[in-house]
This record gives sequence, C-alpha cells and structure tokens, in this order.
Amino acid sequence: MTDISHSGPVLAADGTPLKRSLARALRMQKLRALMLIAPLLLFILVTFILPVADMLFRSVENRIVQDTLPQTVEALADWDPASGQLPDEAVFAAMAADLQVAAEQKTHTKVAKRLNYENPGLSSVFRKSGRKVKKWDLATDGPFREKLIEIDDGWGDIELWRTIKTYSGTFTSGYFLNAVDMQLGAEGPEIRPENERIYNTMLVRTMRMSLIITFSCILLGYPVAWILANLPARKANLLLILVLLPFWTSLLVRTSAWKILLQQQGVINDTLVWIGLVDDANRLVLINNELGTIIAMTHILLPFMILPMYSVMQTINPSYLRAAKSLGATDWTAFWRVYFPQTVPGIGAGSILVFILAVGYYITPALVGGTKGTFISNLIAYHISTSGNWGLGAALGAILLAVVLLLYWVYDKVVGIDNVKLG
Amino acid sequence: MSALPPYATVGQRTWHYTFRVICGLVFFFLIAPIVVIIPLSFNAQDFFTFTPEMLRLDPEGYSLKHYRDFFNNDSWQSAMWNSLKIAPMATIVSVTFGTLAAIGLSQPHVPFRRAIMAILISPMIVPLIISAAGMYFFYSRIGLQGTYIGVVLAHAALGIPFVIITVTATLVGFDRSLTRAAANMGADPVTTFFRVQMPLILPGVISGGLFAFITSFDEVVVVLFVGSAGQKTLPWQMFIGLREQISPTILAVATILVAISIMLLATVEMLRRRSERLRGMSPS
Amino acid sequence: MKLSKLSALAMTTALCAPSAFAEEMANELTLVSWGGAYQASQQKAYVEPYLAANPDVKVIWDESSAEAVAKIRAMNEAGNVTWDLVDAVASDSMRLCDEGLAEEINHDEDLAAAPDGTPASEDFGDLIVSDCFVPQIVYSTTFGYRTDLIDTPDTVCAIFDTEKYPGKRSLQKRPIDNMEWALYCDGVAKDDIYDVLSTDEGVEQALAKLDTIKDQVVWWTAGAETPQLLADGEVVMGSTFNGRLFSAIAEQGQPIGMLWDMQSFDLDGWVVPAGLPADRKARVMDFLKFATDTQRLADQAAYISYGPARASSAPLVGKHAELGIDMAPHMPTDPANSANVHVYDYEWWADNRDDLNAKFQAWLAK
Repeated sequence: MTDISHSGPVLAADGTPLKRSLARALRMQKLRALMLIAPLLLFILVTFILPVADMLFRSVENRIVQDTLPQTVEALADWDPASGQLPDEAVFAAMAADLQVAAEQKTHTKVAKRLNYENPGLSSVFRKSGRKVKKWDLATDGPFREKLIEIDDGWGDIELWRTIKTYSGTFTSGYFLNAVDMQLGAEGPEIRPENERIYNTMLVRTMRMSLIITFSCILLGYPVAWILANLPARKANLLLILVLLPFWTSLLVRTSAWKILLQQQGVINDTLVWIGLVDDANRLVLINNELGTIIAMTHILLPFMILPMYSVMQTINPSYLRAAKSLGATDWTAFWRVYFPQTVPGIGAGSILVFILAVGYYITPALVGGTKGTFISNLIAYHISTSGNWGLGAALGAILLAVVLLLYWVYDKVVGIDNVKLG
Repeated sequence: MSALPPYATVGQRTWHYTFRVICGLVFFFLIAPIVVIIPLSFNAQDFFTFTPEMLRLDPEGYSLKHYRDFFNNDSWQSAMWNSLKIAPMATIVSVTFGTLAAIGLSQPHVPFRRAIMAILISPMIVPLIISAAGMYFFYSRIGLQGTYIGVVLAHAALGIPFVIITVTATLVGFDRSLTRAAANMGADPVTTFFRVQMPLILPGVISGGLFAFITSFDEVVVVLFVGSAGQKTLPWQMFIGLREQISPTILAVATILVAISIMLLATVEMLRRRSERLRGMSPS
Repeated sequence: MKLSKLSALAMTTALCAPSAFAEEMANELTLVSWGGAYQASQQKAYVEPYLAANPDVKVIWDESSAEAVAKIRAMNEAGNVTWDLVDAVASDSMRLCDEGLAEEINHDEDLAAAPDGTPASEDFGDLIVSDCFVPQIVYSTTFGYRTDLIDTPDTVCAIFDTEKYPGKRSLQKRPIDNMEWALYCDGVAKDDIYDVLSTDEGVEQALAKLDTIKDQVVWWTAGAETPQLLADGEVVMGSTFNGRLFSAIAEQGQPIGMLWDMQSFDLDGWVVPAGLPADRKARVMDFLKFATDTQRLADQAAYISYGPARASSAPLVGKHAELGIDMAPHMPTDPANSANVHVYDYEWWADNRDDLNAKFQAWLAK
C-alpha cells in the first residue's frame, strides 16, 4: 500500500503516522471486542470453571492427616516402616496428644474416615481410642505405647503406622491410584486385590458402550441423512422436523417413554406376545441391562449424528455420482469410491459429538441401565452423594474429563468448534 | 435419488424401495417412543399399556384423570411453578451475556479467540455429572447451594454455549458495511446496535434464548445437586417419580412437555427461515 | 373427632411449653425426610398438629434423607447449614455424631417424659444408639412375595431357591442385610454371621451365595421400588421396608404376602445438624420435644406400620386412621412376626461399610 517514492512515513489525516494510527485503531478494536466478551468470560469462570477446578483439586488434596495429627506426622518422619519394628514411644505419645485434641474437636473421626479408605478397619481403632484418650492426663499417664495397644491392638500393627506415614503428605496420589484400581503398598503403587477392582472395568465398559452407541447411530443415521439431503427441499424440511422433534423433547420424557416401552410388562413385550412371536412366560428382558441403555441412548443421541451428516451431505454435488456412473461404475462402486469418502467428515463430526455426549451420560443409564448398563458417571454420583468419598469421586471425574477434553481437542482440529450447528 | 429413472433394473428398483423402508423404520424409531406416550396419557386405568378398551377406541377407556391429577397435585404444581420461575431468569442471564460476547467474538481481530471460545463452550462439553458435583461443592462454600439464585446461575452457565453458537452463526453472514454506513450517517454505537445490528441478529438471539430456555427447563442433573427442596423443578419431580414409582401422571406431564417442545421447535424453525431470508440466503 | 382430639392435645402441650422461648424462635422449619408414605405419616402425626398450635410456623420438606450424611458434610464444610431437622437411620446418625456434624441431645432435658413420669432416656431405652439420635420408629427390612405367582415361602432362604420359587427377585443395592442373609442361607449359624463376615473368606462365601441368583435380581435403591415391581409382576419376591409392603397390601389391595422370617430390624429417628443459629435451634428443639412425645409417636402408627420407639407408646397403638384395621399385628415388633429376626450390628457396619461397599460394588459390576 505504501507509496515507495515517499521518503517519510505516510501520515493519517490528523498528522500521526498511518502505521501507528492503524495500530491504535486495531488495538482499540481488540480492546472493544474483549470488553464485550469480558463479562461473559468472567461469569463462566466464576460460575463454572472455578467450581470444576475446585472439585478436581479435591482428588489430590490431603491436608487432613497433617492438620489433625501434626505431632504424630513429625515424629513419624524418622521411622522406617521397612525396619519391621513398631515406632518408638515418642510417636505413641505424639499420637495420644494429637488424638486428645482431635477428639475434643471431633476431627479424629474425619481423619479416621480418610485413612479407612486406604486401610479398612482403621476407623474403629481411632473412634474407640478417641473416647478414652480424652480422659488421659498427658503429663503423667505414660508410657502410651502399651496403653494405646491395650485399648485396641490395632495400634500394635505396623500396617497402621505405615498407612499414616504414607498418607501424611499435603497431596496424595491415593485417590487417583484407587480410581485405576491400584493402591500405594509397601513397595510403591500396586494393583488392588481382584475382589476390589471395579473402576477399570467401569471405564472400559463406559468406553465400549459409548462406541457401540456411536456405531448404532452411524448405522441408523446415515441412510436418514442421505434421504434428507437428496429429497426436494420441501419434503426434506418436513422429514427434518421428525429428526428435530426428539432433539427438542425433554430427556426425561424420552427416557420414561423407553422405560414404558421396554418393561417386561411393557408395550413392546405386550405387542410381541399378542402377535405370538414371544411366549407369555418368556418375555424378553429389554431393560435394566446393557441393551436397555444402548437402545435408549441410541435414540436420544441419534439427532446429534444425523444433523452433522446431513449438513455435509447437502454440500455434495450429485453430478459426481452421475459422472462416476456414466464412466461405468456400478451403483455400489460409485457410492463407495466417490460418494462415501466425501461424507467421512460428517461421520467424523457426528461420531465425536455423540461419543463425547455418551461417555458423560448419567440420567438415562441410571434409570434404564440396572447394574450392567451403568456408566462411570453413575459411580461418580455414588461417591459424591452417597458414599461420601469425594476425593475418589473427583479423581474419577478428572479421568473422565481428561477423556472428554482429548476428544474435544480432536473435534476442534477436525471440525472446528465454530462449525457446530444446532438444527 | 428422489425419483427412480425409467431405465432402472429390477435390482435397483428393489434396493430403492428397500432403502425407503429402512429409512421409514429409522424415522419410526425416532418418533414412535414420543408418540406412544400421548395416547397412554389419556388412559382411564393406572396402566402403562394399551387396555382392550383403548384398542377398541371405546371412549370409556380414555379419560383426563392423569391431567386432573397433575393440575390438582401440590407437588407437581409447585414443581411446575419452580421451573417457570427458574428457566426464564436463566434464559435472560445467558442471552444478555451471551449476545454481547458473541458480538465481541465476531469482531475481526480477537486475541486468544480459540481459547476464549473453548472456555465459553465448555459447559456443553464437560460431562454434566462433573459440572454438577463441582458446582455443588463450590456453591455450598459461597452460600449459593440450595438457593434460587444458585440454580439460576448454574442453569445460565449451561445455556450459554447454545446462545454463543446460534448468535455467532447469525453474525457470520452479517454485512459489516451496514454498521459502518450507520456510523457514517452519524449514529452512535448504541443506536447502531439497536437499530441496525439487533434487528438482523434478532432471530439468532431468540433461537439461542429458546435453546437456553429448554436447557434449563429440561435440566435435572445439576439441579439435583445445586438445588434443594425449595427449587424442585418439573424434571426433578419426574426423576423422583421415575426412580421410585412410575405414576401415570408422569405421562400427562410428558405429553404437556412434548407439546411445549413442538411449539418451541416450530418457533425456532420459523426464525431460522426468516433469518436466512433477511440475510439474502435462499431458504434451504 | 380424632383430629379435634389431637389438636386439643396440641393446644395444651403448646400452652404448657415455656413461653420464654416464644419470641426468639425462627418461624421457618426445614425438615428432611424420606418422602412417600413415611413422610406423609410424619406430616399427619406431628407436623399438622404442631402447625395447628403454631400458626405462624411454615414447614418445608426436603426428601433427601438418603443423602443426608454427604449433604450435611458439605453444608458443614461451607458453614451454611440450610436444614433444621433431619430424619436419619441409626447408622447415619452415628456417623454424623462421630464427626461432630450433629448436635448432642440431652434426652431427659430436651425431650418430654412419658405420661407416667418415666424420663425419656428410660422410655426410649436401648434405642438411643447415639448421643445425637432421637429415635422415632422401629422398622424392618423384610420380604414381600406375589401370592398368586409363587407358593407361599416360609423361610428367607426362598430367595436363593430359584427352582421352587422361579422368577425375578429384588434386593437392595447395598451389602448390608444381603450379605447376612446369604451367609445364613449358606448354613452359617445366626450368631456367627459377623465373625464369618469379618474374614475375607466369609465375604467371598457370601458373594458366592449371592452369585447363584445374581442374574435373577433386580437391584433397588428407593423404598417404593419393590412394591411397584411386585405390583407390575416384574418380580415375584423382593426386600423392602415393612411399612411400604403394608401400604401395598392393606391400602392398595395388591396380591402380595409378607414374609417376616429373618427380618432385619433398624431404627430411624431425628438428628439436629450442628451449627444452627440460636433462633432456629430454639424452634427445632421446641418441635422435637412436641413431635417425639408418647402420644405423637403412637399416632404415627395409625398411618404406617412402624413400631413407635417409646415403650410408653406401645399400649396406645390403635387402629389404622382410614382403614380401621388393628395396627398391632402389622408391627415388626409383634411377637408373631419377630419369632426369628436378624439383629443388625451397627458397630460392625460402621467399621466395615466402606470396605464391603467397595467389594460389593466390584462384585456387582462383574
């Protein structure tokens, strides 16, 4: 743009160099854009991002042991669990002192609950001792080693002290290890005994079922997207309503509909018995298992597959197919070699979207999944609201979130988040 | 595809019709579960299947008793009012913030656009159970758990991605020379916004708002955690009913919700077409 | 007639209550309970008479007792307790008390004495399992079966006998009770159950027994599920709380029978969350005193078949409020029903709950 014959810088109307003036205008523009975005960004940060981050932090946070048993933790620093010896009297005295303070504030049960996750049985040792230690006189009542062991012989178990020492840090990997069915043993992380393994199974099941659901959606969605893209606009719009209506209908309405349809005394079984395909005594089990979850979730997520496929197929020029056929391709070859490759971006977009939504589902599996058809989300909810093991719930949540964010990143690379369309 | 050429072979003909049947079945799969609850909600009995009277189309087999129950039952009524108090407020919050931000995002030079977009869309991407648990702890800490404001804020956050997506989509086709022309003729930025830009992006804003509304109106996971008894919404009441005992009243509620969905869907479709016409695109 | 008698009683009680507190008491009361028929019985037996005597007070119900421990913990951590009085099972009240999340109750001072002057602590007796617990009812988890679909079972072990009693069963989705029943039906003597369950082999044994019927079980989480599943014919027998079965049988006339063998007794009562402001606490204590007196607990039994927790209430248990049938034979504590009961060990479960839950969940997922 600049005129090369000029020697000085080009000036704007007000006499400042054009370059600077342009830069200022650009800065102003950027600033104005940011000012418009700022309120929402702040809003989302406070109402959403911060809460999620705060929860995830619980998966590693472990101050409770230090805070409740400060003297014991310090005294245990010199003790080597590998020695095979119980800690010395100083440690027991420190524990008695800590317990006395904690029992007064009723915090000894909280730390006991925390340690009980790692070493079942610890909680009763703490609770029983707390009551009695409250009455001791710390200056005169020693030695405490024998006295504590007398209350509960759990204090004479090296494992108890090893657990306290292992989990005395400010941060812990315990919850994450638990979330992948491992634990911190004497020699570092080790796999949990077979009868306590569950989370890997659940994670794998969540992934496997989400994949099955995604594939069912592709299978059912592809022909529908094709017919929508190839019908005259007016007819297509009418049929599109049939796709959009489920999309707009309440999730709970659709889930209750499936519950009614799939029950053993439900509409589908009744119809099959009435036709005579199924014997009244052997009604099909369609609900409270994997099948129930797969059927209901395929139905719920199908529109999210059809819509991206449809918008890709709309842009494909039908003359390519005709050209292929006129060059001698059979119907199948023309479809498979010419049409299908062009629809792959649509399939990709739909699949990632459906998969992202599926892995995080909670309500539908909870209502129609029984025990075999539930997802990792259901376990997270269980730990948050029933068992009270929030750290483990948070660790499981962090793993699930990592999976979803990874997929989201792929989605953004493949499709671009700006290209999401809603109806 | 739409019409079969006269020279089609028998195989092609068979496939053509088979394909149509397959598509028909998929459409049936999509729509049947929603349709089937409508007649069942008029069942005169407390059953979830079609009674012989219903199949004979005997008027005796049908009644409005489940609807009467819905309108006379206190817990359903208070749930409905709670939903009607929460959803519009959440919608207003998300539409106000969302529209401003979408306009900001559509400016030609936005630093960190990708990162900002990712943050704003995140409520849609993060699994609901994680959002719900996070909000539960955090809102408890700041005293918002179990309050009306807490639920409104949580629902507003969940609705924002939809507003952002629909409004940015409308702004993609927006001709910037229009605002420049307005400014040229002496309009200040506020006048320009309300007189020139707003009317053109209004359809996008309204459909974004409807999405935000339905998000809040249908939401159950977050409200289960963030809300307390005083904010029990319609979906929450339905969830309790479904988990414990399916009373046929749920079907009446479901039918009413389907009717609302149809209305909202029709509005959004109308707006989309109007918007495309306004921006000079051919309606698809 | 009945109601007027009740409100007259309520009036006198209210008049006798020390009036010094009256001006400092909050007027809103958030009660947490279990929903369904049980909450309705509390509403009719205590809340309505109390409201009649205190017209300024407003009661809000929250049906969150199932999540009571986790929610109170979260509220306490935030320093923002929104609940006033929580209905909780005995084991939850112990957990809350242990963690300092519930207020300790002085049973003799805070609660009304029996009409004959027996102090509350004696009237409730052993049922005060924790310092923070005010018992209301004795209930049991027991089995119901479809009288028209299977033969009448006479022992709890019928749930494991799929040949004689074919069809699906429903069991609660938790290890408590199920593990004990499994061991009992696998030949373990009743007194040895918890000793056996304390070993890894014992846990394996119980799960192996449950394994034999695993594919026939529908797992429930809410008390109303089993009656519904029985009524729909989705299961032929299932465990649930005895009061829920009573309403399905007596009030709805479903073809369901009760199996009282090895019923598992448990207690349910009130817990006051720690850290309430003075005015709210004053209101709660006033309500608590009223709602747990001898007459109120006996009145509750007219709406639901749970045994009142006070010894002095038992003779006052009368007929069902609407059906007019005698309630005594439907109580879990009735001698005919409690010939063979399973006594659930709170202490043992408090220690082993997390551990067994993990194993049980792992087994379920397999």
